[in-house]
Amino acid sequence: MNQAIRHSWVAAVAMFALIFGAISYVQVVGADDLKTNPLNQRAILQNYCNDRGAIIVGGTPVAESVDTGSETCKFQRTYAQPELYAGITGYFSKNYGATGLEQAMGAELAGNSDQLFLDRVGQLFLGNQPKGASVELTIDPQIQQLAYSLIPDGQRGSIVVSNPKTGAILAMASKPSYNPNLVATQDPAAEGANMNELVKVPGINLNQNVSGPTGELLAPGSVFKLVDTAAALASGKYNKDSVLPNPAEMPFDGIQYKLPNYAGGNCYTRDTASFAFALQQSCNTPFASIALDLGRNAIADQAKKFGFGEDVGDQLKLGHALGNGFPDNLDKPGLAQSAIGQKDVRVTPLQVNMMTSAIANGGAQMAPTLVKTLRSPDLRVIDEPKPAQLRTSTTPDIAKQITEWMTSVVTDGIAKSAAVPGVQVAGKTGTAELGNGLNNSWFTGFAPADNPKVSVTIVMEGVDIYAGAKLTSPNAKKIFEAVLNK
Amino acid sequence: MSQVSTMPKPRRNVELALLLLALVVGIGANMLVGVDQEKAFDSDFWFQSSLLAIAALAFHAVLRFRAKYADPVILPIAVALNGLGLAMIHRLDPPGGDTGNNQLRWTLLAMAVSIAVVFFLKDHRILRRFTFISLAASALLLIMPLVPGIGAGEILGAQVWIKVGSMTFQPGEVAKITLAIFFAGYLSSNRDLILLAGRKIGPMQFPRFKDMGPMITAWLVSIGVLVFQRDLGSSLLFFGLFIVMIYVATSRISWVVIGVALIIGGGFVAAQVFSHVQQRIYGWLNAFSPDVYENGSRQVIEGLFGMANGGLVGTGLAQGRPDLVPFANSDMIIASLGEELGLIGLFAIVLLYLMFFTRGFRAALGTRDSFGKLLACGLSFAVALQCFVVIGGVTRLIPLTGLTTPFLAAGGSSLLANWIIVGLLLMISHAARGPVDTTPLPPAGTAAATGIDTPTEAVKQA
Repeated sequence: MNQAIRHSWVAAVAMFALIFGAISYVQVVGADDLKTNPLNQRAILQNYCNDRGAIIVGGTPVAESVDTGSETCKFQRTYAQPELYAGITGYFSKNYGATGLEQAMGAELAGNSDQLFLDRVGQLFLGNQPKGASVELTIDPQIQQLAYSLIPDGQRGSIVVSNPKTGAILAMASKPSYNPNLVATQDPAAEGANMNELVKVPGINLNQNVSGPTGELLAPGSVFKLVDTAAALASGKYNKDSVLPNPAEMPFDGIQYKLPNYAGGNCYTRDTASFAFALQQSCNTPFASIALDLGRNAIADQAKKFGFGEDVGDQLKLGHALGNGFPDNLDKPGLAQSAIGQKDVRVTPLQVNMMTSAIANGGAQMAPTLVKTLRSPDLRVIDEPKPAQLRTSTTPDIAKQITEWMTSVVTDGIAKSAAVPGVQVAGKTGTAELGNGLNNSWFTGFAPADNPKVSVTIVMEGVDIYAGAKLTSPNAKKIFEAVLNK
Repeated sequence: MSQVSTMPKPRRNVELALLLLALVVGIGANMLVGVDQEKAFDSDFWFQSSLLAIAALAFHAVLRFRAKYADPVILPIAVALNGLGLAMIHRLDPPGGDTGNNQLRWTLLAMAVSIAVVFFLKDHRILRRFTFISLAASALLLIMPLVPGIGAGEILGAQVWIKVGSMTFQPGEVAKITLAIFFAGYLSSNRDLILLAGRKIGPMQFPRFKDMGPMITAWLVSIGVLVFQRDLGSSLLFFGLFIVMIYVATSRISWVVIGVALIIGGGFVAAQVFSHVQQRIYGWLNAFSPDVYENGSRQVIEGLFGMANGGLVGTGLAQGRPDLVPFANSDMIIASLGEELGLIGLFAIVLLYLMFFTRGFRAALGTRDSFGKLLACGLSFAVALQCFVVIGGVTRLIPLTGLTTPFLAAGGSSLLANWIIVGLLLMISHAARGPVDTTPLPPAGTAAATGIDTPTEAVKQA
């Protein structure tokens, strides 16, 4: 009889072994499948009402979860300066999901990342309210505010300000912007109605991957001549004393089209030009001739080294576009036009800023960084990205030479209004024709030229030549002053 | 008997220490679930905690002088599980809800009944006199829900409740005890007959057809429960209980073979004939299809989502969303605990059950009378099987049935029944672990014991 009792016990234990197996499967092995099952509303619901970590700029939260006291959904995501930071924070919506850093840093903000494992264990034992990590940005609130205000309302444009030595982004503003609070509301009816209104506003694309400084792909125009210059010097065929051909128009065999210099500038005064003069006056034909001389691949390689069409590293976090770099399969007119940043060359404002910073930093391109620190709910720093070099864009000598010429663009050339009294500013403008009489007007540059602390990239889209001149270089000056006087 | 220990030890102080630990677990959990609503230390909390502690310590005190050799682990495990259940039910109470307090009232009543069992039932062998009364009681308890006026009608597809005032009661829970007493009494009296007669087919000895009577009866009871009460879980439980008890009584594996064949046969026919069984099985196999989710499997699937959400360490008490699961405080309380305490916490709970039934089996091994062996073994196996059916159902290992989770789930009948089992197992373990009691039972009427029990070793199979 006792033997049968023991056997019965073994049978009972065997049933329990099945139970242990089933629990392990549900809670660990198959848990991810269950969490991502389309029937499962939990992840969104739970995160949605939890105390999500804040996104902090200059010690002040720009996105935080506010206790509403509601029993059903305790925390409401709230954006303090919604339009100013919408391009960075994105939104956190129950039905439309998350964009921007809300999406990219979702696991950390919700407290689900592996780095927060110990905190979750602590919550288990202490019964604390679960909280996510807070994300502190490299953004300087004053510079961000300034940059945002320098883009007139109704004007489409982007400004990127960064530290060329560290890659830290100090400001990243664009217009038009929107109010993420509208789609983060807990009222489902309002949420849907607001979303329907937002998508109607021209120029707003709520997807961070395709709009704003990190996402919008624009023709760079003459700022691309910096790539040609670097390629020319790197080839060994050109040096600082080279004399470049500078015809008023560049003809091509067999076709009517001629590539002109800009008629309103001073280029027409000379048939040949030094690099300094060609950059100061932004003459087209000298750079077109360099590209035809070196060939497509030399320009494309240099563009790649500056980061066009390339990875931006994993420190940016924010969704971003890469573009395709320098186009392939070009005929001679196509290569000539591409070399001056027209035709099918497309870059983001961030990429132009990264190129500028690489020149400023002796050819070493730093990974753009937006997150300064990641802090656990008890304010312990759990991640603090270190400045990291992304790639070597050019040699220190070439970078130094280009800097010298860019400085002369501000002292003697067409970017004079970017000059800051007492400070050497290096800069380059660009005017990419859109074909409708309007342009994308660029300025990119850095200061002080001998010890760069800040690089600024401004693009104003769809402006005429006068408005472009007014909105780029003079605004760069204001930003240089604001950063350098801090 | 090959007892190694020379002097039996009461181990009551061990029990006291474990009991305090169990109270810390239960009351601590109850405190944690109130932390966020700032009612962690309010007067309700102290009142409820002290009631639970007083009841547990009173039980311990009664054991000290009524059954001082009782197993020291059984009571603390029951208190710990009951305390965890109270905390989770309390945590799931909506504002103004009273389920938690109701569960506490039932807990106190159930513990009082269990104390009474220990206090008045000086020897478990007395129950043997009630073999056929138990059978009658079982029949009555099982028929009650079907009687118009007493039965509460069909609730959630099953007809297993009766009305007691404004409350409902599930008599089937208590029936598993009366059935176990009947089987134990009947089999301990007739096992010799069942054992000796029979025909050998191959390596196995099969019983005579006329000895199959009780087995057929049990099978009919199970099928009846399935058909009339539409309660698949109880049906399985009763039948499993009987198979184990007849196997232990005879040590013949042939009974298990016959029993399992009957289950499979009965289950197959039931699946063909009864639409609710078909639905159950279809819903189980296709639980994740959106149609089935809307019309039945929602409960299981939401429970699985909750447990997956809890993961390894859980969300922490009161930090998850078990309230999204239907019946989170009763049928699905395992999923609620799994979500908030994680795999680690749920493993701990399942291990408590494992220890609980293991101590029951230990009492069955140790006690000297075959009635006690059968009863302890049957009750322990019933608890284990019930846990398997419930937790297996919640984790979608098997189709979900309406069985309650012992000690944890909200519901008075389940608490009452399981605390009575605690009382019975304590008494049997007291007999098992105590000094050999050679005094015969006092004579008592006509239903007296059919003779002195044969020593177990004598009937042990070679």
